[in-house]
Amino acid sequence: MALLQISEPGMSRAPHQHRLAVGIDLGTTNSLVATMRSGIAVVLNDADGHALLPSIVRYSADGNTAVGYPAQSELARDPRNTIVSVKRFMGRGLKDVANAENCPYDFLDSPGMVQLRTCAGVKSPVEVSAEILRVLRARAEAALGGELVGAVITVPAYFDDAQRQATKDAGRLAGLNVLRLLNEPTAAAIAYGLDNAAEGVYAVFDLGGGTFDVSILRLSKGVFEVLATNGDPALGGDDFDHRVYCWVVEQARPAPLSDEDTRLLLTAAREAKEHLSYHAEARISARLGSGDLIDLTMTQKTFADVTRTLVQKTIAPARKALRDAGLTIEAVNGVVMVGGATRMPQIQQAVADLFKQAPLNNLDPDKVVALGAAIQADVLAGNRAAGDDWLLLDVNPLSLGLETMGGLVERVIARNSTIPVAKAQDFTTFKDGQTAMAIHVVQGERELVSGCRSLARFELRGIPPMAAGAARIRVTFQVDADGLLSVSAREATSGVEATVAVKPSYGLSDGEIARMLQDSIAHAADDAQARALNEQRVEANRMLESVTAALAADADLLTANELDAVKAALDQLGVAAAGSDRRAIMAALERVNKITEPFAARRMDRSIHRALAGKRLEDMRF
Amino acid sequence: MINHKQNHFELFGLPLRFELDLARLEQSYRGLQSRVHPDRFVQASDAERRSSMQASMRANEAYRILKHPLARACYLLELRRVDVQGESSAPMPPEFLERQMEWREAVEDAAARPEALTHLAQSLRGEIEANYAELARRLDSEGDVAHAADSVRRLMFLERLREEIGDALERADA
Repeated sequence: MALLQISEPGMSRAPHQHRLAVGIDLGTTNSLVATMRSGIAVVLNDADGHALLPSIVRYSADGNTAVGYPAQSELARDPRNTIVSVKRFMGRGLKDVANAENCPYDFLDSPGMVQLRTCAGVKSPVEVSAEILRVLRARAEAALGGELVGAVITVPAYFDDAQRQATKDAGRLAGLNVLRLLNEPTAAAIAYGLDNAAEGVYAVFDLGGGTFDVSILRLSKGVFEVLATNGDPALGGDDFDHRVYCWVVEQARPAPLSDEDTRLLLTAAREAKEHLSYHAEARISARLGSGDLIDLTMTQKTFADVTRTLVQKTIAPARKALRDAGLTIEAVNGVVMVGGATRMPQIQQAVADLFKQAPLNNLDPDKVVALGAAIQADVLAGNRAAGDDWLLLDVNPLSLGLETMGGLVERVIARNSTIPVAKAQDFTTFKDGQTAMAIHVVQGERELVSGCRSLARFELRGIPPMAAGAARIRVTFQVDADGLLSVSAREATSGVEATVAVKPSYGLSDGEIARMLQDSIAHAADDAQARALNEQRVEANRMLESVTAALAADADLLTANELDAVKAALDQLGVAAAGSDRRAIMAALERVNKITEPFAARRMDRSIHRALAGKRLEDMRF
Repeated sequence: MINHKQNHFELFGLPLRFELDLARLEQSYRGLQSRVHPDRFVQASDAERRSSMQASMRANEAYRILKHPLARACYLLELRRVDVQGESSAPMPPEFLERQMEWREAVEDAAARPEALTHLAQSLRGEIEANYAELARRLDSEGDVAHAADSVRRLMFLERLREEIGDALERADA
C-alpha cells in the first residue's frame, strides 16, 4: 500500500511556482529592495515612485514611527528622535562610535551594543534597522502580491562578526527569513557580471554613505570567486559631508550651534557635495536659528582640497586587497564603481590613477547592490533551473584567532579564506592539574590581543587534572556562508566539550578596526619584537614554576651551596622576566638551565628508582 | 555528500604528486563546490544543510592546500609520514644559515628604498623558483623525501622573506 505523502504546511509547491524572494540593500544613507521579474532584476518603488528609502527613522511620543521621506522632513526640527545613519551603530559600543559627540542623540551605553534613548523609549540599532526593513518588506509584499519566502540582505564586505550578527538579527526582527547575508561588493559584481557577460579579474570599489569596501573578484563562466577584500568600516560619504560642514563653520565662524542648526548645516553640506559632482561650484546658504544667514560658495577645487585625506584613505586598502589576491594592477580587467559617493570626481580620478584605467560607471551606483542581491535571492529561493545558476565563492574579511599566553594572538583562520571554512588548532594546559581553560576569541590582523577586536570569551571546564602540557585541547573555528563565526573546544582524552555561537562583545572602535589591518603592516616589526619578548617571558615563568615545584619535592638532593646557587639563579630570572630586555631573560634562562642540570639528572635517577619500586613515573614529573 | 576519508588529491581526482595541473585542480574544485556549496541547500533539511557545509569546508581546505606549492609539498610529506618541522629532522647546512643572514641583512639595508626592495624581490624570485624545481625533482622523480623536506624548510624561509619584502614595500609606498 502506498503511503500518502503529506507535505508540511508551507512546504508544498507546484513545480513551476515562482517563490517570492527579494534582495535588500540596507544602506547607511538609503535602503532599497529589488526582485526578479520575468528574468530581470528590478528595484521596487514606493507608491510615490521613489526607489530609494532614506535610512531615517523618526520616533514620536504618540507611538507612531515614521520611516524614510516623512522622517527626513522632520530631521532638522526633531534631530534627537530622528535617527540617521544607524548602520554606523550596528554591533558597536558607545566607545566605538566615531564622532559620537557630534551626534544629537541621547546615547545609552550597554553591553554589546550602544542604545538610543528616544521619546518612544530606548531603542537598539537593531530595532531601528528593523523598522527600515519592515517598510521595505511591506513595499515588496504589496508589489509582488504575496508573502516573501525570504530575503538576501547585503552587508559591507568589511563588516566584522558583531556587525553581521546585528544585521541578521534586524532581518529576523522585521519578520524576514534571511536567506543569506551577502557582501555588498560581491552583490554588485553579480549584477555587473551577469549584465555584461564579464570574464576576468574585476575590482569592485564600493564607497557608500558610511562604509568603504574594495573587493577583487575573478569572474568566469558560472563562477564568481572573491579573491580578496579589504576596506574601512567607518569611511563613507558622511565623512565628506562632515568635511564640508567643518569648512563652512571655519569660514562663517557662527556662534555656537544648536542641534537643529548642526543638522541644517550638515544637510546643506550634503547638498553641496552632491551638486559639486556635476558642477564647478556650489552655493551653501542657510538661515540659522539665531536669524544669522550663512552664504558661501564652494568650488570643486576647495572641495577636493578639504577631502584629500579621505580620498587617500581608500588607496591603501585597494593596494592591500590586490596584494592579498596575489595580483598586480595590470591584471585587473575592469573597476566597477558602487555607492553614491563614487560619483565624486576626486574619487573617480583617484581610482583611475590607481588602476591606470577609467572606472566602469554603467550601472546606477545606488542600485547595483540591491539588484545583485535580488539575483542571488532568486537563486537561493530555488527559482533557477539547475545549469542556469552559478556558484558564488566569498571570503572572510578579517583574520580570526585566540589569545594565548602573554597576550599573543594565535591566528586560526587567515583573512581572505574562502567561506565556509573550519579550522582546528590544538592547545595544551600551562600548569600541572589545570582543570579549566579560558578561551578568548579575537578578530583582526595584529599579533597582540590588545590590537584586535574581542569577539567572545568562554571557558572549557572539567578538564581532568593532568601534568602541564599533557592535555590536548582542540579548538575549532567555523565560519558559515553568511560569514558568521562559531567556536567549540574539546579536550581529546576526556571528551569534555564547550561550544559558543559567537555573540560578540564590543571592544574596539570602528576606526580602530580599520586601523588594525592598516597598522598590522606598519607595526609588523614592533609586533614581532613584542612577540619575541612575550615568548621569553612565558618561557621564564614556565621555568620558574617547574624548578620551584621540583625544589619543593626534592631539595634534599642538593647540597646547601648548590641550593643557594639555584635560588640565586631563580631570583635573577624573576627579575629579568619582570623587565623588558629579551636578551637578559634569555641569559638568565640559560643560567638556570645550566645550574639545574645536575639537579635534574639526580631527580631522574630518583624517579627511575621509585618507578622501579612500583611508583608512578608521572608523580615524579620535573 | 563527499567521502571524508579520501585524501585531498583523491577528493579532486588528481594523481598523488607535487607537479600538478592547476587548471584541472581549479576545474575539479569548482565542479565539487557547485554540487556541495551551502547555496545549493538553502531550502533543504537541517541535516542536509549541515553536511553541505561540512563538504564545502572540506573542499575549501583541500583546495587551499593543493593550490599553494609549499602547502602542497608539506601535505605530500605528511602523507608519507615525514615530519618537516619536527626535531628528528636534520639541521640546516651552515651555508644556508649563512645565506639566510645575508638575505636578512640585505632586506634591512633596503628598508625604505622601493627600488632596492624590488630588486631584492626579483633575485629572491629566482632563488625560490630554483628551489621549487629541485623540490619537484626530489618528490616526483627521485622519491627522496628526506631531501625534499630540506627543500621545504628552505622554501619556508624564502617564502617568509618574500612576505617581509612585500610588507616593507607596502610601508615604503604608504
